[in-house]
Amino acid sequence: MIGGITLAVITLLALLAPVLSPHDPYTQSLTTRLSKPFWHGEATGSHPLGKDHVGRDYLSRLLYGARISLLIGFCVALISGVIGTALGIVGGYFGGRVDMVITFIITLRLSIPFVLVAVAVVGIVGGSLKVVIIVLGLLLWNRFAVVMRSATQQIRNQDYIPAAQAVGCSTLRILLSEIMPNIMNSLVVVATLEMANAILLEAALSFLGLGVQPPTPSWGLMVSEGKDFLFFEPWLISIPGTALFLLVLAINLVGDGIRDVTAPENR
Amino acid sequence: MLIYTLKRLALALAVTLVVSALSFGLLYLSSDPASAIGGEAATDADIANIRKIYGLDRPIHIQYLTWIGKALQWDFGMSYYFRLPVSQIMATRLPVTLILGFSAIVFALVFSIPLGIIAAIRPNSWIDRTALFLSVMGQAMPSFWLGLMLIVVLSVWLPLLPPSGTEGWEYFVMPTIVLGYFAMPAIMRLTRAGMMEVLTSDYIRTARAKGLLSGSILFKHALRNAIIPVVSVSAVQFGFMLGGSIVIETVFAIQGMGYLAWESIKRSDFPTVQAVILVFAVIYIVLTLLADLLNGWLDPRIRVT
Amino acid sequence: MSGVGGHLLEVENLYVDIPIPAGDLHAVRGIDFMVEKGETLGLVGESGCGKSMTALALMNLLPKTARRKAARLFFAGKDLNGLQEREMADIRGNRMSMIFQEPMTSLNPSYTIGNQLAEALFRHRRVSRSEARERALFLLEKVGISAAESRLGQYPHQLSGGIRQRVMMAMALMCDPELIIADEPTTALDVTIQAQILHLLRDLQREFQMAMILITHDLGIVARVTDRVAVMYAGQIVETGMVRDVFNRPLHPYTRGLLDCIPIPKKTKPGEFLGSIPGMVPTPVGHMIGCSFRNRCAQAFETCGSQDPEMRLISASHGFRCLLDPEKLFRKDHARNQ
Repeated sequence: MIGGITLAVITLLALLAPVLSPHDPYTQSLTTRLSKPFWHGEATGSHPLGKDHVGRDYLSRLLYGARISLLIGFCVALISGVIGTALGIVGGYFGGRVDMVITFIITLRLSIPFVLVAVAVVGIVGGSLKVVIIVLGLLLWNRFAVVMRSATQQIRNQDYIPAAQAVGCSTLRILLSEIMPNIMNSLVVVATLEMANAILLEAALSFLGLGVQPPTPSWGLMVSEGKDFLFFEPWLISIPGTALFLLVLAINLVGDGIRDVTAPENR
Repeated sequence: MLIYTLKRLALALAVTLVVSALSFGLLYLSSDPASAIGGEAATDADIANIRKIYGLDRPIHIQYLTWIGKALQWDFGMSYYFRLPVSQIMATRLPVTLILGFSAIVFALVFSIPLGIIAAIRPNSWIDRTALFLSVMGQAMPSFWLGLMLIVVLSVWLPLLPPSGTEGWEYFVMPTIVLGYFAMPAIMRLTRAGMMEVLTSDYIRTARAKGLLSGSILFKHALRNAIIPVVSVSAVQFGFMLGGSIVIETVFAIQGMGYLAWESIKRSDFPTVQAVILVFAVIYIVLTLLADLLNGWLDPRIRVT
Repeated sequence: MSGVGGHLLEVENLYVDIPIPAGDLHAVRGIDFMVEKGETLGLVGESGCGKSMTALALMNLLPKTARRKAARLFFAGKDLNGLQEREMADIRGNRMSMIFQEPMTSLNPSYTIGNQLAEALFRHRRVSRSEARERALFLLEKVGISAAESRLGQYPHQLSGGIRQRVMMAMALMCDPELIIADEPTTALDVTIQAQILHLLRDLQREFQMAMILITHDLGIVARVTDRVAVMYAGQIVETGMVRDVFNRPLHPYTRGLLDCIPIPKKTKPGEFLGSIPGMVPTPVGHMIGCSFRNRCAQAFETCGSQDPEMRLISASHGFRCLLDPEKLFRKDHARNQ
């Protein structure tokens, strides 16, 4: 519930970023760098969250950063969701050898330390928003696959599947109209989890300098840029960090909420 | 049990092979390793030379087999950057990461398991809610941020702990907390759910009917069965920690494998990168294998047939 | 301190209430019964009549939300009402044991049966490991398990349902209890094994001189194995007496209905219709007035709805809870049997 509201608020802010930001997030102003946010008492009215180390308005960067995080979370969840769900459904439905192959692929993917691989790939190919999305999308599908596979297996054993087969429905049709709707709620729950995951990972990548490149305002990047000023200007990292935390928390709460509504026994 | 073990072993080997091939292939994602080594000023002749020296002109499967062959003997070639054998570099870094990971998982277990047990015995009590709250928080926190905040609090405001380096045990406290914190939600939830389910089972009722006291019922009967999935999850979490170490080690400037990986990637030091990925993957595979075997051993239904 | 008349178990006015969303579920409503040393009491009734709850109430193993209340609850002279949990735990498995319905899930899958058997003994007695082992072997053989030695090291999943139930019985006997409560011990077993287990129970009871409360929904079992019987309906005991008396001369309409439902050798004439009781068992929730059986009783009259029937004794041991006149019933029976 609370998660839903928070998420909605953040999304709204992100969408309206260009309208709400008092300044262009990229404009630098080296003469007025590192001014403090309003709670330090020095606030200049037009820069309520102060400025970063090269004089960019922090509030604007924060708002634009929201767009990046949400964009990444959504796209990655989409890509990995499609891959994982497809694999999971096929494996769960057909069973036998097909399933063995798919399980092997899943185990394979689980054995690869994805943080490392993501880091390596991005490091080699070069970091950018697109690359991050693609790499994460191609790596984060395993939970989708595992959950969809077991959900499909459970449904396959229900009576209405052989009934549909007896009537002559094509396999594709069964997959789409009988199985998909019934695993939808698991799908949504996993999607929220992976979305949150993706956001955190992108932040970590950007923090390491391997994700989104400056001057794009990714929250992770902002933390990384701010860490050199850790001791005297801690707000440079606490603000984007808190933002990340709240966003991920909100998404997790939404996911938990959906799960509680659709399958309360899984708590 | 024997068949179970053999099956798991075979699977682990197969996976290792494929992973090694993949990590080897990672190298060829960028356009040309030889020119990457040579740098921008290299001429074509230089590049051709480099190719020869590093054996990059041979067919790819030969390169792969040579690499695997050497890897089995713990020889991963020379680091482009350090000009030292990769194995030598790893020998100093690997123990650091392993110690960190191990302390982190112990830290996580020591706190999450009791918390999970108590939460299961008294559902919806304040302990239960606190535990749930902590686990929700834990899942949402970016690791690097937590690390940095801890540094601010524990090194700057109250100078209790050193912010970076690896001189002594104090240096490991904060990284352990940060790294371990992320495994706690999963372990706690699993313990709680497992215990709650087990406590409603018939054999617990039988134990009560025999007049056993709650301590004995809880630990001898309930926990013994509920802990089985927690064991495998813990092994898997340990594997995740190895992956997460890359961030933590960077934040706390710890000279471990994670930091090594990051440095090498930044410098396009491919042999090191390949070696690190392979080593981590193998550790993870071995851990999963051990977890599976432990799982089988703990459950008499699998162990004795 | 011995109870009145030296009864082993005295229960007076036992209530068990379980709060549910719709109100309070009165699982057990003011029942009285007694069990003497060495005798078997059969507690008979349909599912949901409260018989299992009664057993759990005696052992104080009710679900956490349930509330137990009794005017008197005495076991071997000891007042069980308000007993500390620790003291109750000292009695359970020791002087009062229980056997449950589902042998397949009642044993811990992670420990050998030898371990689980010995555990019952170690808890209540100071014995050495070899003494415990000997006792376990002794009892395993008593319950008819062959190759007992090898069984000790086996795990529950390696044994069949019938054997597991026998193990449960051995476990209940480890400390030589004075009272054993068997809750539908044969319901989950194959028909062919049911008879064996029942005979075993009766033999063990005689040999070890234990009292037994046998809970079942099967009148046939009651007839064969028990000395006295109490028929339960919707949380109350509606008829009680020696088995012979109750079967030959059932008084309560429910008991009569039940007996009509089953073919009795030498009594039921071939080709005769078996009876059935119309309607369904009511759920005892909330405030209840009157006889709970009235909606299914062919002889119900007006007062049945407003007056709670009391238990009426027509002989020293035979009683029933009904507003009907027993004399009229006897005359009718007599007429019917002409």
